[in-house]
Amino acid sequence: MSQQVVLITGARKGIGRALVEHYLALGHSVVGCSRKQSDLVNDRYTHYCLDVADEAVVQEMFSQIAAKSGRLDVLINNAGIASMNHVLLMSTAKAREIMETNFIGTFMMCREAARLMKKNRFGRIVNLASVATPLKLEGEAVYAASKAAVISFTQVAAKELASFGITVNAIGPTPTDTDLIRSVPQEKLDQLINLQAIKRAGTFGDVTNLIDFLIRPESEFITGQVIFLGGV
Amino acid sequence: MADRERIQEAVYRAVDELNKQLPKGVAVNKSPDAVLYGKTGKLESIDVVTLIMEVEDQIKAEFGTAITIADDRAMSRENSPFLTVGSLTDYVAELLN
Repeated sequence: MSQQVVLITGARKGIGRALVEHYLALGHSVVGCSRKQSDLVNDRYTHYCLDVADEAVVQEMFSQIAAKSGRLDVLINNAGIASMNHVLLMSTAKAREIMETNFIGTFMMCREAARLMKKNRFGRIVNLASVATPLKLEGEAVYAASKAAVISFTQVAAKELASFGITVNAIGPTPTDTDLIRSVPQEKLDQLINLQAIKRAGTFGDVTNLIDFLIRPESEFITGQVIFLGGV
Repeated sequence: MADRERIQEAVYRAVDELNKQLPKGVAVNKSPDAVLYGKTGKLESIDVVTLIMEVEDQIKAEFGTAITIADDRAMSRENSPFLTVGSLTDYVAELLN
C-alpha cells in the first residue's frame, strides 16, 4: 500500500494510540485527535486537541487536513466513552455525553471525511462498534445503544457513499486492556469473555489486523459490514 | 449584505466542479435558467447532492461562512430551491443575508 493519509480519533491512548503507532510504522501520514494533547512526536504525525462532538473545531481540522494534504484516505472513528451505570441511576447529562461522543462524533467525522474522500473517489471508513450491543450487557444500556446507533449509521452510510468509492464498515472489539474498561470489575470481564467463542481478552493486534484488512484497496467490495472480534 | 454577483460566481464554480464529475454528454449550464432537478432536469439525485455540497464548499471559501443548504426549511418550500441554478442561487443569497 502506498503512503496514505489516515485520520484516527481518540488517538492519545488505548486502541487509538496503538493504531497511530501502527500506521506510522507502515509509513503512512497520520492525523490524530483527542481532547488532550498527545506526547507522540513524529514528522508524519499531526495531533489536534478537540472534542469530536464540537462541529466548529472538527470542521476546522478538516479544512487544515484539506489544505495540508489535499486528501484523506482512511478515517478510523475510535473515540468513544463509556459509563457503567444502572438505567435507574444514569443521569441524562451523562447519557447525552455518551451519545454526543460515540454517535454524533462518529457521524460528523464521517460526513466531513466523506466530503474530502469523495474528491479522489476513494475512501475507507472504519467505525468502532462494541460487543456490548449484541451481548446486551447489563449496566451498559446507554453505551450499547450509542454503539447500536453507530452500527445502523454505518450500514446506511455505506449505501449512500458507495458510489463515491468510499466503504464504511464497523468493527466490534471485545474487552481490550484500555482505560475504557478500567472501572469494570474483573469478574464482569471474565463473564463477558466467557460469552465469546474464543475465550481470551482482545489485543491491539487483533484490532489493527482487522482494520488493515478493511482499509486495503483490495477490500473495495466490502462495505456496510459489522465484524465482531472473538466470535461474538 | 453578501454581494449577489459573488454568490453567483461561487455557485458557477460549484457547477464547474459538478460538471467535471458528470458522465460525458451531461453538463449543467452556467445560467440561472439551467434546470437541475425535476421532470426536465438531467441530473440524478446524487448529482444534486454533489452540487449542494460543492456550493456549500464554495460559499465557505468565498465568504468564510458555513451554510447548510439542504435542511427542512428548503425541503418544505412550495417552490423547491433545487429546481434551477437561479433558484439555488436565490436560496443561498437568502441564507447568507
